[in-house]
Amino acid sequence: MRYLPLTPDDRTQMLGTIGVPDIDALFKDVPTAARKTELFELPRRAGELEVERELGKLAAMNRPAGAGPFFCGAGAYRHHVPASVDHIIQRSEFLTSYTPYQPEIAQGTLQVLFEFQTQVAALTGLEVANASMYDGSTACAEAVIMSQRVTRREKAILSGGLHPHYAATTQTIAHAEGMKIVRQAGAIDAEAAVIAAIDAQTACVVVQTPNVFGVVTDVTKIAEAAHVAGALLIVVTTEAVSFGLLKSPGEMGADIAVAEGQSIGNALNYGGPYIGLLAAREKLVRQMPGRLCGETVDADGRRGYVLTLSTREQHIRREKATSNICTNSGLCALAFTVHLSLLGEVGLRQLAALNHSRARELKDALDGIVEVLTPRFFNEIAVRVPDAANVVEALLADGIIAGVPYSRLDPHAGLDDVLLLAATETTTSDDIAALVAALKGRLGR
Amino acid sequence: MSMSSVGRPTQPNVGASIGGHASLTGGRGLLQDEPLLFELGGWDKTGVDFDAAEHDASDLGDLVRSRPIGLSGLSEPETMRHYVRLSQKNHAIDLALYPLGSCTMKHNPRLNEKMARLSGFADLHPLQPMSTTQGALELMDRLAHWLKTLTGMPAVALTPKAGAHGELCGLLCIRAAHEAAGHGHRRRVLVPTSAHGTNPATAAFVGYSVQEIAQTADGRVDLSDLAAKLGPDVAAIMVTNPNTCGLFERDVIEIARLTHEAGAYFYCDGANFNAIVGRVRPGDLGVDAMHINLHKTFSTPHGGGGPGAGPVVLSKALAPFAPAPWIVHGSQGLELVEETKAEAAQAFGRMCAFQGQMGMFVRAYAYMRSHGSDGLRQVAEDAVLNANYVKAVLSAQMTPAFPDGPCMHEALFSDAWLDDTGVTTLDFAKAMIDEGFHPMTMYFPLVVHGAMLIEPTETESKRELDRFCGALLALAKAAKAGDVDRFKGAPYLAPMRRLDETLAARKPKLTWRPDDSTVAPTPLAAE
Repeated sequence: MRYLPLTPDDRTQMLGTIGVPDIDALFKDVPTAARKTELFELPRRAGELEVERELGKLAAMNRPAGAGPFFCGAGAYRHHVPASVDHIIQRSEFLTSYTPYQPEIAQGTLQVLFEFQTQVAALTGLEVANASMYDGSTACAEAVIMSQRVTRREKAILSGGLHPHYAATTQTIAHAEGMKIVRQAGAIDAEAAVIAAIDAQTACVVVQTPNVFGVVTDVTKIAEAAHVAGALLIVVTTEAVSFGLLKSPGEMGADIAVAEGQSIGNALNYGGPYIGLLAAREKLVRQMPGRLCGETVDADGRRGYVLTLSTREQHIRREKATSNICTNSGLCALAFTVHLSLLGEVGLRQLAALNHSRARELKDALDGIVEVLTPRFFNEIAVRVPDAANVVEALLADGIIAGVPYSRLDPHAGLDDVLLLAATETTTSDDIAALVAALKGRLGR
Repeated sequence: MSMSSVGRPTQPNVGASIGGHASLTGGRGLLQDEPLLFELGGWDKTGVDFDAAEHDASDLGDLVRSRPIGLSGLSEPETMRHYVRLSQKNHAIDLALYPLGSCTMKHNPRLNEKMARLSGFADLHPLQPMSTTQGALELMDRLAHWLKTLTGMPAVALTPKAGAHGELCGLLCIRAAHEAAGHGHRRRVLVPTSAHGTNPATAAFVGYSVQEIAQTADGRVDLSDLAAKLGPDVAAIMVTNPNTCGLFERDVIEIARLTHEAGAYFYCDGANFNAIVGRVRPGDLGVDAMHINLHKTFSTPHGGGGPGAGPVVLSKALAPFAPAPWIVHGSQGLELVEETKAEAAQAFGRMCAFQGQMGMFVRAYAYMRSHGSDGLRQVAEDAVLNANYVKAVLSAQMTPAFPDGPCMHEALFSDAWLDDTGVTTLDFAKAMIDEGFHPMTMYFPLVVHGAMLIEPTETESKRELDRFCGALLALAKAAKAGDVDRFKGAPYLAPMRRLDETLAARKPKLTWRPDDSTVAPTPLAAE
């Protein structure tokens, strides 16, 4: 077998060195009843060619986003990733290394994490960021739990503009941790409604901008209301490219910012792996979950990096840890950092401007055919069409993936007529024209 | 070199040593000294070319950012050089044996990488119509079938994104099952003293109290202590098998029986599944839930600390409580059940947005198909053979923690053999770096003094094992011969000397700020 270097001779020799007659002797602690002597009912080994054939067939059964006009967003976005990003993340030294617990021989990974943390802090307008989380939704749940540690209160208010998967994940995980979650009903312009719900028991308010309907909101007033009540404001962003154009969460008064970083450096991957970003005010650093990389010096006085503040973490604190998390999303963080290094300040601003411009073109083209519900948007809009799920199915026949029906995310909201559409730098004018023509045909307008 | 107020240099690294002299530029042969991105790049530099935007953002008014972001950019050639230079400061499996116990640092097949990058998998949106993703759902369904068959369990929740996330998923299933049965008062979880830190952390996270189970002298769960601590308020036990001492829990069937008799569930930490895959099915041992680290047993890359994937196999009793989404065979083909419908009202909730680590599913499935049922059995056998070989050879100089009987996939040593040498486990580990190897897992499990846990995995050749053992034996002899300096100052030859972790934690510096350093270093010319 191509992944197993031992030869039959090696095995015989090694059993001799150990002093046992056969391999079964090494499994003698397994109860006899549980020892499987026959092979499991699964296919036998396969060469590369055969595996490529099988997976190639499965891949060919899918319709990739790039195969035609495509308008899905709602928490995952199709962007162009420069070729050099994938080359770097496939370097053996990054791909096949472990968590940097031995900093003397892991400075590559550690310096990247330090650069990553600096970039995330800059994007969000906050002072400190961790070395990444599993994804945006779990980062959101962890931020909510963090607010409980900071305020010693138990109630979290989730805005109706928060992505329903994020709300459900937070409800599951933060509720497990003993918090009381108030989830407001999904609505296009839901943000203002959170202010009325803030009270003296509130640990945090969670607001998303741009929200799941694409609406961009200035959350400054929500921040003020939260702070007056002694609560934290958590701002969620699922489209990280928007940081290039919009006011940052920190600038608007957020205490914690969480985001899905997939848009920068990472493919759609049918939902994962992605990368959660989590940043906060400096005074909250010791309550943060997840790994942190910090600067220090080595025995020769040279600047270097280590994982730090690990007294918050499970391998030291065990049942008293701030979180049970043991890993980050290292390779996705590397892809994020390399892509953002290529973009730089001007590149990210250009990319964000281009995304907004494409979305304006989309919105202008749809105006008059359907009702556009999103008043202020970055690269994503909600429109009203009768039975959005049906419209998406119908447009498939025209070769168009027309977006995400809101009902797929939240079937109980009574918003079956809301369709979410995103445009990015990958969306062309031809794509938009094809969508408009097909919609006109299907809706008879 | 100027230093900051907390004793940190404010210039990039200098000081590699050439016979006592620093190199003139701070470089070390081909290993370049490399500043931070923010010291190298500029706000006006970019490595990406875009068309100009046709519409401006005037419609957004004062929602547009008024301040610079503070990013630094590089051209493409500079980007390549910066990150390739950084990569050269890392150890990696592709460079040498990586013996981190309980981490299963095996070879990462490149076929898996190629398959995960097929546009039919990588360029799929999680919310595009299911009729356009039938191949992806089919792959997830096949992966689920393999995981269920290999573990002998009837159900699997695919969405958890890492091992600890899988533990959380398993415990939430258990909690939901107890609550559904009116047993919400069961709030105690029993965990062996040798358990990984995530076990007690996860139990505490879901609001359970944690109690430790004692260990016997031969490194297993103490059955009488377990029996004494089980009771009507116990929700679950969390036991790793093979355990973190690298030993199979001989009495595992009795452990399961006692647990079930007390009305509790048996959560098995599957971190060490690599030792038994294809030979032993956890379902036959009485396990109710177990996470599988796809990044350990099934070879998906560790990537410098993630992304992982931690699907959880579940017994019949726990399966109804699994989180959304899951796959069903519907009239239109495969479908994801994404929202809790009436027929599935017992699902405890959702672990994350979307449907889990698809990129890892593709890699793990390609790996399983490559090995097949016959190859996977050989994986377990070679992993156990390699560990026992290392244990036998190293026992000439080092003290095995459990000398009697075989180990499974990893060999555990105590530091008893270092007594009176003045060398600690940490010193010994750092000296291994100078010999070209990554250290083993140190000081874990906590039950063995100065623990050194070595997991070679099945993807090491006998030649590499001999080279590794040769290096460790030579170091052990040097320690016993009083060559203490070799250890105390180690590593000497790595990209960095030992780092000051106390300084890092005392006043944390977690981001670069413009006033930290001046400009990119221009060695020689600056003088």
